[in-house]
This record gives sequence, structure tokens and C-alpha cells, in this order.
Amino acid sequence: MSSQRHTSLLHQFNDLEQQRLSYEVGMWIFLATEFLLFGTMFAGYMVYRTHFPAAWAAGSQELNVLLGLINTAILLISSMFIALAVRAGQLGLGRSAAKFLLVTMALGSMFLAIKAYEYHDKWSHHLVPGLNFEAHPEHPFGLPLFLSFYFTMTGVHAFHMIIGLGIVGLMAFWCWRGRFTAEHNSPLVMTGLYWHFVDIVWIYLYPLFYLIGR
Amino acid sequence: MRRLLVYLVLLVSAPVAAVAQERMFWPEQASEQAPRLDAFYLALVAINGAVMVLIAALIIVFAWYYRRGSHVNRRFPPHDLLLLETSWIVGTLLIFLAIFAWSTVLFFRVQSPPSGIDLDIYAVARQWMWKFQHPEGPSEINELHLPVGHRVRLTMVSQDVIHSFFVPAFRVKMDVLPGRYTSVYFTPTRTGTYHLFCAEYCGTDHSGMRGQIIVMEPADYQHWLDGQRPETTLAQEGRILYLRHGCSGCHEPESQILAPSLRGLWGSSVRLENGERVTADHRYVRDAILLPQREIVAGYEPIMPSYTGVIDEADMLRLLEYIRSLSREEAAP
Amino acid sequence: MKEAMIGQPGRHYLNEGGFGWKSWLLTTDHKRIGILYMISITSFFLLGGIFALLIRLELLTPQADLVSSETYNRLFTMHGVVMVWFFLIPSIPAVFGNFLIPIMIGARDMAFPRLNLASWYLFMLGGIVAIGAIVIGGVDTGWTFYTPYSSTYANAYVVLTVIGIFIAGFGTIFTAINFIVTTHTMRAPGMGWFRLPLFIWSNYATAIIVILATPVIGITLVLVGVERLLGFGIFDPAMGGDPLLFQHMFWFYSHPAVYIMILPGMGVVSELVACFAYRRIFGYIFVAFASIAIALLGFFVWGHHMFVSGQSLFAGLLFSLLSYLVAVPSAVKVFNWTATLYKGSIRLEAPMIYALGFIGLFTLGGLTGLMLAAAAIDIHVHDTYFVIAHFHYIMVGGMVLAYMGALHFWWPKITGRLYPNGWAIIAAILIFVGFNLTFFPQFVLGYLGMPRRYHTYPEEFQMLNVLSTAGATILGGGYALPLGYLLWSLGWGKRAGPNPWDARGLEWEMTTTPPIKENFEVIPLVEREAYDYAEPALNIGEQLRFEREMAAQGEKGYR
Repeated sequence: MSSQRHTSLLHQFNDLEQQRLSYEVGMWIFLATEFLLFGTMFAGYMVYRTHFPAAWAAGSQELNVLLGLINTAILLISSMFIALAVRAGQLGLGRSAAKFLLVTMALGSMFLAIKAYEYHDKWSHHLVPGLNFEAHPEHPFGLPLFLSFYFTMTGVHAFHMIIGLGIVGLMAFWCWRGRFTAEHNSPLVMTGLYWHFVDIVWIYLYPLFYLIGR
Repeated sequence: MRRLLVYLVLLVSAPVAAVAQERMFWPEQASEQAPRLDAFYLALVAINGAVMVLIAALIIVFAWYYRRGSHVNRRFPPHDLLLLETSWIVGTLLIFLAIFAWSTVLFFRVQSPPSGIDLDIYAVARQWMWKFQHPEGPSEINELHLPVGHRVRLTMVSQDVIHSFFVPAFRVKMDVLPGRYTSVYFTPTRTGTYHLFCAEYCGTDHSGMRGQIIVMEPADYQHWLDGQRPETTLAQEGRILYLRHGCSGCHEPESQILAPSLRGLWGSSVRLENGERVTADHRYVRDAILLPQREIVAGYEPIMPSYTGVIDEADMLRLLEYIRSLSREEAAP
Repeated sequence: MKEAMIGQPGRHYLNEGGFGWKSWLLTTDHKRIGILYMISITSFFLLGGIFALLIRLELLTPQADLVSSETYNRLFTMHGVVMVWFFLIPSIPAVFGNFLIPIMIGARDMAFPRLNLASWYLFMLGGIVAIGAIVIGGVDTGWTFYTPYSSTYANAYVVLTVIGIFIAGFGTIFTAINFIVTTHTMRAPGMGWFRLPLFIWSNYATAIIVILATPVIGITLVLVGVERLLGFGIFDPAMGGDPLLFQHMFWFYSHPAVYIMILPGMGVVSELVACFAYRRIFGYIFVAFASIAIALLGFFVWGHHMFVSGQSLFAGLLFSLLSYLVAVPSAVKVFNWTATLYKGSIRLEAPMIYALGFIGLFTLGGLTGLMLAAAAIDIHVHDTYFVIAHFHYIMVGGMVLAYMGALHFWWPKITGRLYPNGWAIIAAILIFVGFNLTFFPQFVLGYLGMPRRYHTYPEEFQMLNVLSTAGATILGGGYALPLGYLLWSLGWGKRAGPNPWDARGLEWEMTTTPPIKENFEVIPLVEREAYDYAEPALNIGEQLRFEREMAAQGEKGYR
């Protein structure tokens, strides 16, 4: 029996189709968990937005909408490249998939660099609650809360980006080494799902923090 | 019908309460809501006891009668009886809904404000003590004197963490939150001394945050109050703060700077800049002092500075009582 | 222990792949991972039990005499943290779910064996971090971590504890992902959804809750940690934050978490009742869907922990109503188990005593839950010993009894050894009696008004507290016994055949005892319903052959 088994087929599975299904179902369930993880913070965001609407509108003014827009564009483009990479992987074109993944990584790094610049900018303007903050006379409570949520939510998002970069890098390496074939490419598909999810989270973060109330 | 049921249960609960004079198995009943709650509780104990006995009896009888090796009829054991399943689903649901209805009626009666308040008392909780403030001026630590038969409202706030005001004999409990007022309502019905507990874990000496509620005859209470009475009432102390913090500079009718008048404010409906209407109560006035930018009164400039960190909870209550007294004067003459 | 394992003839998961510590710590075999969990959660249970014992000893007298307030607060906090996150939540799913789910559905292993092992490491890492927090000074916030006490005022290692819980939480999430995927994609041919044992259904429902609830507590505790470390003001009213928001987020997880703790126990009881009543479970479909209904409805009742917290009366009304709805499926389960006994052929073996004890204690816990769901009564008994008694009836009377039942039921399959039945029955009765003596007086205490988390108390509460402590001593003895005879049985117990209980299910009918590493020589084709006690067991011949062999060996049956 084992002699006929596909080399990528793990011992617990009967066939590749079962293996592929398990991987992808597992990833979707993991994303459900992630959804609730961010969902909790979105719930908190909504509570305080209704508590302090004026302060949160003022908070939006403190953010750089142009940098946010550029970052949104970067992430959308990176999502396109990872979709291309997944497609290439499914067609068995390992080398092209690896190249697309490298482009994705470059775009993801650009996103993080811009984010880091934004954080630094906030720091130099004394807009980091708790660590480096100048009390705002008009919004003594609302503004630090807005910024607390801004840093927490974009911070957790950035953390997901960093992990994503690591995984995409590993996938690029594996693709280059020809580990994936037209029959077996579930890890690549899962990586794609993860990257799209992180992207979608940003699609919500951008308007919620940068645009509403502007 | 429901009334009849209540009386029946009361009839049962009275001897139980009598037996438990020693406070060993039953808490004293010293407020208007205590007998009502006890009646409901005993009814639930009766229902639950019946269900428990039924289930336990069925298990024991089946386990013995159908023990392996006994010669009994085991032919055609049922597996899925749709009718039986449906009936016990619907049956339990109906019983549950009935309990829910009774509970909720009681809950709303106990938790919502009564038709009139005879006595308004403030409480400030902090780690690990209670401070009660009578409107006539006296304040008490870890003790609260009350006249029997008066409808009391306790308006509470915490200076630090969450506490909870719990008097078992009154069957009342309400959390005391930092930065926000909560209220409990009760009417003591029996004189005596009762436990006051902090029921929400609040740190090292949580179990030491206890006090006594001393319920007295109204005449004795008055006597006690006269013995305590300081020179100033709470509202008068509030007026001193009102002047000291410079509130009068803008809010007095004759002042140069235009600020909303505080006379007649309390209890009125205030129209805000964004078109909403709010009632001027403890919450509103407190927020107006601490977070003036949040709810701007229609027609005024948002120029009031925030008093966050300047006024502590005890002083805040004095100020509120003063502002409240301005509306009482208005209404009285 | 190793000796004992070698003592088993034939090839099985305990001797295949070696005996060294590497073969255990690097294993991806779901059965060995189950055993790793069993050892670790037993340690955590003992630790939490010691805390509980100290709490009960301190409460023997109204004054503070055994420990200081600081210590007492740390004791009940760590008791809660260890018992909830490091014993109850992993207990049945991580030990028996891991061991049994693949076997019960006819698979060689979990869908993700390496993730399974990683879950155990995350769990252990979280546990070690939490224990580290205890060792260097403990935490005194109560297991509920209410803000602003935990975020601003507490003077202890909140952040470290929270990190431990966060890490262990991800271990739980990964286990749950494994369960769901395995149940969906790894079932043997013929194993339709309605042929699954009810243990699978209840673990599946549990996994759904874990997936959707655990991230909420994770991020909420992260926010508390961030607030402590960096001084954000999200839960601090002094900075405009809302302390009630924390309670909403906490209970959004922690109420469903109660069902994470009890649902697997219900699954175990369904197995035990069917086996020892020797009859198909009554109303299979209803019991199965009751699990799913509990999992879903359980998400909408969290506010019943907050009736007197300052939330609006109408929120209280809604949460009270929903709490009554979620009680219906639990009641349905109790009725169906009881009905299963009717016209059964009942054997009162040790696992069955635990199962029947579970039904009784769970029923009482559930009925007192109905009282707490009544907002009017909750005003009085909220945060008193009534609540303590109620949830211990569910958690200890329910879940721990189910865990013990499962342990006694599957112990022969896991280890290949039988334990002395008489001792097991004595232990079960001791636990039942000790438990009731410990916790029933607490209902009375609670209605009298004794608040929870009290280090000292007024003198009139003493008699009931003494009763409770006396019960706890018996309970402790009851727990110590199985530890003794189960370990003894590893070396000297009688060897168990493939199906010592004459039970139905793939784990009894299709595997050897102990099972081989890949569970089945050939993946079985499932042609029968679950709990088909009307037909003889499939491998009855093998069982008889085993028993003949044992009889021929005479005394050699005992090693």
C-alpha cells in the first residue's frame, strides 16, 4: 500500500483529495478564530466611537490619510500577486510562483516600513498614549482612547503581517525547490487565504481610522 | 391567581423563617422586597426539588428494576418517541417561560425607581471602606443609619475599583462602579442591625469591607440625626465648592460670560447641540463637569474647561447636591 | 510504568516506536499525545486541588488564621485559573478526545498530528508561564480579572498569568481545529454523521465554541496586559474607559467556556449510559442536536453574569430569557439519559456509578442555574456562595465525575489493564458523598448572604463552612484513591481483552487492546448504527479467545 502512496501524502490520509480538503477546511476554521480575534477589537472600537464621537473625528485628523491610502493600495496589489502565486502553484509552475511570492513579500515589507514611519511620526508628535502623550485639552479622554485603539488594532494587524511575511518567505523557498505540484499545493493555497484575510482586515481598518469623521 | 400563589408560598415561608430565627438557615427579612423574593425563591426550590426527586427516583428505580439478571419485561424498548421528545421540550420550555415571567416582573419592580423617594443618600466606596453621606450633612463610615418604613434611594460611586453594595437582609445588591453612578432602592421594614457586605472582589481586604445598616424608628433616627448634624448641609458644602472652583464666575445669571443657568436645571430636559435631548440627572451633570465637550448645550460655545482630576468623588456629590438644591428652591416657593 | 507497558504482549502504540523520552515528547500519535495531556492535567488538577484544600482549611474559622489576606486572594485566584484553563477546559477533549476521536470515527490519526503535538507544547508552555507567575508571587485578581482592579490596581503578576492563559488558549484552539477537521474529513467509509457516537457530537460542538470564543478572551486579556504595561486606558474609568466593557468581553468567552467544560462530559455520559444500560441511547438525534443547540445558544447568554453590574434592565430581561432557552437542550439530555435506562440491562460498574452521579449532580447544578437565570433571585445570590455551589455542581459534580467515568471506562483500552473494581466503586461513592457534603451547604450559605472570595466572615456562617470543609476532606480522599489503584493497575492489574465491557463502537469492536499505532490494520467499513446493542459485538470471538487464554494461564493473568 505504501509503495503506491503519493510522496506528499501524509500517513493519516487515504488520498490527496482528503488531504487537500482537510488542509483547506482547517485554514478556514483558523480564519474564523482570527475573525473573532479582530471582531472583539472592532466591538470595542464601536463602543468608544459612540462614547466619544467628536474626539474620534478629531483623532482621524491626526492620521496621515495619504500614507494610509498608499498602504491600502500596496496591500491590494500584494493580494493580487499572491493570488497569481497560488494560481501558478496550482498549475505546477513552482519557479513563477516563487517569483510572485517574492513580489508579495516586497510589497508587504513596504507596507510595514510605511507603518513604522507612521508610528514614528506619532511618537514625535507625542501621540502615543501611556508612553509619550501630551494631554489634549479638548478631548482629554477620547483622543488617547482613539489612539490606543489605533495602535492596538494596527499593531495586531502588523504582527499578522510579520508572521505572514515569514510564511510567504518559506513558501517561496519551497516553491523554488519544487516542493509543490499540480496535485499537492495546499500549503500555498492556505498561505494565500491567510494573506487575503490580513488584507481584508486592513480594508476595514483604513476607513475606520483614517476616513470616518474626517 | 398569582397573588393567591404568592400568599400560599408566604404561608409556607413564614414558619421556615420562624424556625430560622437563629439566622442559621434563612436570612432575616428586613425590607419590603425580601418576602416577595423569598416567596419566589421558595416556589423555585419547590419546583426544582420536585424535578430533582423525580429524576433521582427514576434513576434509582430503573437501575434496580432493570439491573442485569433481573427477570423483567425488556421487550420492545423504545428508541425514538417523537411525541415524548416534543412534549418534554415544549413542557420544560413552558415552565421555564413561566418562571422567567414571574422573575422578570419581580426584577423590574425591585430594580426600577419607586413612585416616590423619601430619603436620598449617597455612598462613596473605596478600597476598603464605605462612606455614606446624608443630605442633611452628616456622613458615616461603614455604618448607615436609616429610618424604618422610608423609601430609600442610594446613589453610589466608587473612587477606585468596582465594589458591590450587598445587604442580605434587604435582598439588595448593586455594583458600585468607578466613574459612573448606580442606584439601589429599598424600604427597610424592620428595625435592627444588618450586615453590609462588599460583594464584588476589590482587592486585599475585600472581606474586611463590611459594615452595618442600622434601621431605627423614625423618631430615633431624627434624634440620631440631630446629634450628628454638622453646621452645614451637603448642598451648602457644595455651594462653597461652587464658589471656590470658580463655577459661579460663568454660571451665575449676572456673570459676563455666557453659560447655561443652573437654576431649574436638575430634572429638566436639556437640548443638545446635536439635536438630542437628555435629562439632567446625576450622570449628565457629572459628565458636564468632567467631560464638558461631550454634550454641548444647544446655543452655547464649548468653552467650559474639564474638571477631571480636580474634583474628587465626595466633592462631586456635594456639587451635584448643590445644583440639585437650586431646582428644589425653584420648585418649593 | 515502562515495565508495565513492556508487559503487554503483541504490538501496540505503547511499544511501537520505542520507549525513550524522545519517543513520547516527539510523538505525533494522537494516543500518546492524549496520555501526555493526561499526565499534565492530572498534575494541574492536583495543584488546583491543593489550593482548594488550603482555601477550605482557612474557611474553617471565621477569623484569618491560616494565611494572610494576600495569600488567600492568591489561593482562590490560582485555584480558579489552574482549574479552569489548565484542567477543566482541556480535560476530556484533550485526553479522551485526542485518544478516541480518530479511533471512534475510523481514522489512523488526527488530520494534523504535528499541530496536535504543538497544541500540547503550547498548553505546557502556557502552564509553565502561569506556574512561574505563581512561584514568583502569584496573582490576586480572581480568575475573572475584572478591570480596573486587574488593569490598574492589582499588585501582582497579572501580565505573566495573562500571557500563560493566552498561550494555552491557542493550544486549545489548535486542538479544536483538529477535532473539527478530523470529524469532517477523516470518517471511515460508512461512518455517516448520524452513526457517530455522541461523544463525537459533543466534542464537535465544544470545538465550535472553542474556535469562536477563545480568541475573544485572548485579545481581551492582551488588552488588559497592554493596559498594565503601557498605560492605555481602554478599561480604566479614570481615563474614560469603560470597566463594564471588559465584563462583556470576558463573559462573551467565559459563559460559552462553561459549555466547553460541560459538553464533553455530556458526551462521555452518553457513551457510559448506553454501554451500561446495554441499549441504544434514547433519542439519539435529540441528544446530538442538543449539543449543537447548546453551543450556539450559549453565545447569547453572557449578560446573565451581569444582572447587578449596572447594565440596563432590558438587557437583563433579554439575557434572562435567553438563559432559559439554553437550559432546554440540557434538560432534554437529562430526560433522554434517564429514558435510556428504561428497559435496559443495567450493570452498576464503576463508570456507570460516575455516569449516574453525573446525571444527578448535573441536574441539581442545572436547576440551581435556573434560579440564577432568574434576575430577581440573582440580585440576592449573585457573587455569593450560592453561585460557587452552583458552578461547582456543574464543573466538579458534572465535569470531574464525567472525567473520572471516562477514565474508568477507557482505562483498560488505554493501558491494557483492569483496575480493581471494588476499590473503584468505593472511590466513586466517596467522591459522590464528599462532593455533596462540600457543596450543598454552600447553597444555604449563599442564600444566607455569604459573599464569595471572602477571607474572613461573620461568625453565624461558621457551622456551614465547617460542614463544607469536612466534605472537602472526604472528597480529597475520594480523589486520592483512584490515583493509587490506577497506578497500581499499570503493573499488577489483570490484563484486559479487546472489549472488557462488551461495549459497542469502533474503539471496542475493531481495535486490539491497547490499540496499534495506526489504530486499525485496515480502515474498517462501518455498517452499523452507533450503540447497536441489539446485535452481538463484532469481535466477540476475539474477546472469548482472549478470555480462554487467560483462563488457561490461570494465576498468570496477574503479572
